[in-house]
Amino acid sequence: MTYPMIELTDVSRTYPGGVAALQSVSLRIRHGELAAIVGPSGSGKSTMLNVIGTLDRPTSGTVHIDGYDVSTLSDGQLSALRATTIGFVFQSFHLASKVPALDNVADGLVYTGLSRPERRRRAAAALDRVGLGHRMDHEPHELSGGERQRVAIARAVAGDPPLVLADEPTGALDSVSGTGVMELLHELNASGTTILIITHDREIAAGLPRQVRMRDGRIVSDSAAAPPSEPWPRHAGSGVA
Amino acid sequence: MGIEVARLKPSPARMRLGDVLRVGAVGLRTRPLRAFLSALGIAIGIAAMVGVVGLSSSSGAELDRTLSALGTNLLTVSSGTTLMGEAAQMPEDAEMMIERIGPVERASSVGKVSEAKVYRSEQIPEAQTGGISAYAASLDLPATVGATLSSGTWLNAATERYPAAVLGSVTAQRLGIGAAGVDTQIVVGGVRFTVVGILNPVALAADLDSGVLVGWPVAESRLDFDGHPTTLYTRSEEAKLESVRQVLAGTANPEAPNEVDVSRPSDALAAKQATSQAFANLLLGVGAVALLVGGVGVANTMVISVLERRAEIGLRRSLGATRGQIRTQFLAESLLLSAMGGSGGILLGMGVTMGYALYSGWPSVVPAWATVGGLVATLLIGAVAGLYPAIRASRLSPTEALSTP
Repeated sequence: MTYPMIELTDVSRTYPGGVAALQSVSLRIRHGELAAIVGPSGSGKSTMLNVIGTLDRPTSGTVHIDGYDVSTLSDGQLSALRATTIGFVFQSFHLASKVPALDNVADGLVYTGLSRPERRRRAAAALDRVGLGHRMDHEPHELSGGERQRVAIARAVAGDPPLVLADEPTGALDSVSGTGVMELLHELNASGTTILIITHDREIAAGLPRQVRMRDGRIVSDSAAAPPSEPWPRHAGSGVA
Repeated sequence: MGIEVARLKPSPARMRLGDVLRVGAVGLRTRPLRAFLSALGIAIGIAAMVGVVGLSSSSGAELDRTLSALGTNLLTVSSGTTLMGEAAQMPEDAEMMIERIGPVERASSVGKVSEAKVYRSEQIPEAQTGGISAYAASLDLPATVGATLSSGTWLNAATERYPAAVLGSVTAQRLGIGAAGVDTQIVVGGVRFTVVGILNPVALAADLDSGVLVGWPVAESRLDFDGHPTTLYTRSEEAKLESVRQVLAGTANPEAPNEVDVSRPSDALAAKQATSQAFANLLLGVGAVALLVGGVGVANTMVISVLERRAEIGLRRSLGATRGQIRTQFLAESLLLSAMGGSGGILLGMGVTMGYALYSGWPSVVPAWATVGGLVATLLIGAVAGLYPAIRASRLSPTEALSTP
């Protein structure tokens, strides 16, 4: 790949009323990375996720997702980008109640233009992949919290998007289920999906190859300021040049 | 700096119709009671309108059936008033003269015996006449006006000479007589008459319903009847009805044709129908108001639905739904809701029409334009009611929608 999966350049996002949620943030995430954006609440990490997920547009700066300059895309084109390129995992799962797991996952593909049988086929495969092949007919209220989050992850990856954005994926789970979900995300990353996890939990962040720490709308530290393929430490490399 | 890549921009996929309907039905499935109630509002409005149209069409069809059974070729000639405002008299031989008009197939006459008051018995005070009139009637009267007997027999050549009477349906009711019989007697002009028959209601000669019909000879011999007919009933060839109508007055009373009133009773029935049609239009208006209220109910449901489902809208946007697809979803939901209500209402209205028509012995008719119009009206209402909430849903910012708990 000649371009990064995510590239933010001098991105600021100011809300009406003057609250600056992001202040001149620059970030590059390569294809195949597994990274955490970690910070206390109010640090701007959720805004960052929304901007990366193209759900929100920056006030200034440029955002490239999978090589596309977001500012040049219309609302419809952004929607198509989300449908094919980005999978979302939310803290509160956002599953439809009274709908079996299989249909919850299959309905997530309704905006991709796939036929219904194809959507169901892919949904079944995705549920198998997250280890819920035996729970396809269960409705959300019949599943544990960890299982629900697995269904949500299956929905996010059913369309095989190159990028998965997870917003506090373990926030509503006990530690055992949380560990299971994190293992699953690791597995997905191992098969090539770029995964960005937003969390306030330093312990979870510490288990990931790269951590981007945020505070007050700025990046305060990045464990891999240089691309991970470059030799450690980065300071030595750049000093020579 | 960003690396610009020359690639086709992604374009949103079109949703198939089946998916549009399936996604539109999501809200109805998750809140079935609410969907049912707001569909019910539409159903009541449509049922009211279809029912009103159905009932008035059915009663119209019934009238057509009645008219074709009764015939529209009956003309009546009644002695009107003189220029001075007094009751006019037709000549005694008016019936014979009318029968000489070529296209007249049949003519019968009745003569009102105004002095003869009718009582159930001699014990009834004289003032209580009960609004019943006595008529001398010619023997072929039932055939001409299409009268049938509910009980007993019509007068014949023998009984018309003796105190025998046939009662109109209203008269029988007022006097409290259920069946004719030799023991049943009433008092007409101070003379006891035996009730030999009771008529069914006569649609084309409603005057006879509140009358007591006796033979022409007995009226002259016992009731001081002057022998002048007061009303003549004629049946003519349908095609020449207008020509007959024009000469009828002059023939019945050649000396004073202007004192004679000629009328066509079937016109009166049709006019009555037109009056009830006006009333039906009023009811149709009431139905339209009910439908409008139903539409407001649907709009209300949709607004609440959009407010409640902000998180779902946010999720769908994150899954790749465009604004247009969100708008379509809620519009489809509103259309489904009102289409359900509309078809339910049409069935309900047809059921009411058929039930009432069956009960009244009418043919049941629901015009196709009422059903199609009802469905079109509901879809229009669904579209209008859903448009604003759908636009609101589509304008919702995805991040705001997702942050809703």
